[in-house]
Amino acid sequence: MKIDEKLALDAFKTDRESHILVDHDICRSKCTARHCLTICPGHLYSFNEQDNEIVVEYAGCLECGTCMIACTEGAIRWSYPKGDFGVQYRYG
Amino acid sequence: MDKIDVVIVGAGLAGLSCAFVLSGHGLQVIVVERGDFAGSKNVTGGRLYLKPISGMASEMLEGAPFERKVVRERWSLLGSTNSVSIDHTCDRFRNEDHSYTVLRARLDRWLSERLMARGVFVIPKYRVDDLLWENGAVAGIHAGVEDIPAHVVVAADGVLSFMGRKAGLVPPLSPKASAVGMKEVLELPEEKINDRFNVGDGEGVAHLFLGDVTKGVFGGGFLYTNRDTVSLGVVAGIGAMMGRTPAMDASTLLDLFKERYEMRRLLEGAKIVEYSAHVIPEAGYDGIGRLCGNGILLAGDAAGLALNMGVTVRGMEFAIASGIAAAEAIVEAKASGDFSEKGLSRYRERLKETFVLKDLEASRKMPGYLENDSFFSYYPETFPALLEKIMWFDEDPKGPLGKTLWKELRSSGMLSVKRLIELYRIRNI
Repeated sequence: MKIDEKLALDAFKTDRESHILVDHDICRSKCTARHCLTICPGHLYSFNEQDNEIVVEYAGCLECGTCMIACTEGAIRWSYPKGDFGVQYRYG
Repeated sequence: MDKIDVVIVGAGLAGLSCAFVLSGHGLQVIVVERGDFAGSKNVTGGRLYLKPISGMASEMLEGAPFERKVVRERWSLLGSTNSVSIDHTCDRFRNEDHSYTVLRARLDRWLSERLMARGVFVIPKYRVDDLLWENGAVAGIHAGVEDIPAHVVVAADGVLSFMGRKAGLVPPLSPKASAVGMKEVLELPEEKINDRFNVGDGEGVAHLFLGDVTKGVFGGGFLYTNRDTVSLGVVAGIGAMMGRTPAMDASTLLDLFKERYEMRRLLEGAKIVEYSAHVIPEAGYDGIGRLCGNGILLAGDAAGLALNMGVTVRGMEFAIASGIAAAEAIVEAKASGDFSEKGLSRYRERLKETFVLKDLEASRKMPGYLENDSFFSYYPETFPALLEKIMWFDEDPKGPLGKTLWKELRSSGMLSVKRLIELYRIRNI
């Protein structure tokens, strides 16, 4: 099953504002590894060649925080979604 | 604004256990939870060991919605094309309340409802933004446009513990000290689970997998049977995944695991009903935070109280025991009117007296030992290959068993100095 089909099984309440902010200047000037592209369990990070920047689809975030830990350059500013938003596990 | 006694950040097992004991002593306590209900942001593998907490938490957990009693422990070493498994059971697993599989959205929710019935406020959909400070001591929490002043804040806000970090009690999480767990919950009828896993009604299996499941890096796979679902997942070290060449997409590990022959029949026809992910603290005893400061205590994953013992993983009973110990320390601090770090330091002592810090300290060297990639690549490749050679029969004549075994042990490097040193080092862990 594709990862986006798996994420579609979960209950999400999406905020208009992203709870994940990427500092593109840090990405461009310091990062060569781009671990965010492979470490995210939801595979939510991608690289947009045209704009030369990392894009994150925050709406499918499982709120694990792995990207923030793996981004040792400190380009990912990550907080929990506001109350009443984000993933709501029914099994957990 | 008047202060309440205690505000607890996070309605997980640590926070709710703490609130349960505090309310029993008549303290005013509010639990705030960012999810829609307690447990809705939580993930476990998982299994809860009841014996260590039976003395302190049996009343609290009476009637808890556990999934299945674990009566079989299984371990598998997965090579890329073969595997070896061990299946252990004993009368005691069946006859006593030893360990149970759980699902957190059910267990935590049940416990929070039990607390609310006792008059404790558990406020959902409430994300805490900051701590309040007063003369160098934590004095409550701030959320949105609202403050809740309190004598003590219990940071039971999970592995990422933003509150513990704001209080300066825990360092930032490092890739090396953290793993990411990815889990699917798969629906299967109760009778099918009984048949496929060779267990009776209400009985279940805990199964850990090492080797090919993480493609050779630190981590492993897990399978826990629930009442009518199966929790299946992969845990991989974050630092280990970052260091892997070529880089590998973490989100594909679980799919590759499910495609294996060993798993296919077990999961045939099972319908995925949820996909989740969560970070796990892996540093063990040396990763534990400062536990308390002026006006603040850390409990559960927030304090780093999790233990990977190789043969099993533990966390939830540490969360419950630490929540209870925190509550007991707060009750004493209230009696003496001293909520400073010193007044709350009884918490650390209590944890030292219980299995929590004793077990974590006893396994202090385990994280270092598990850094050795041999456990995730060499052994899982070598043991199944050894058996494959012994158990394969074709037109070539078979040599004497003992001789073949000896030859294979030697040629696989099992008897090399390096391996013998690894074996010798076991006495330290």
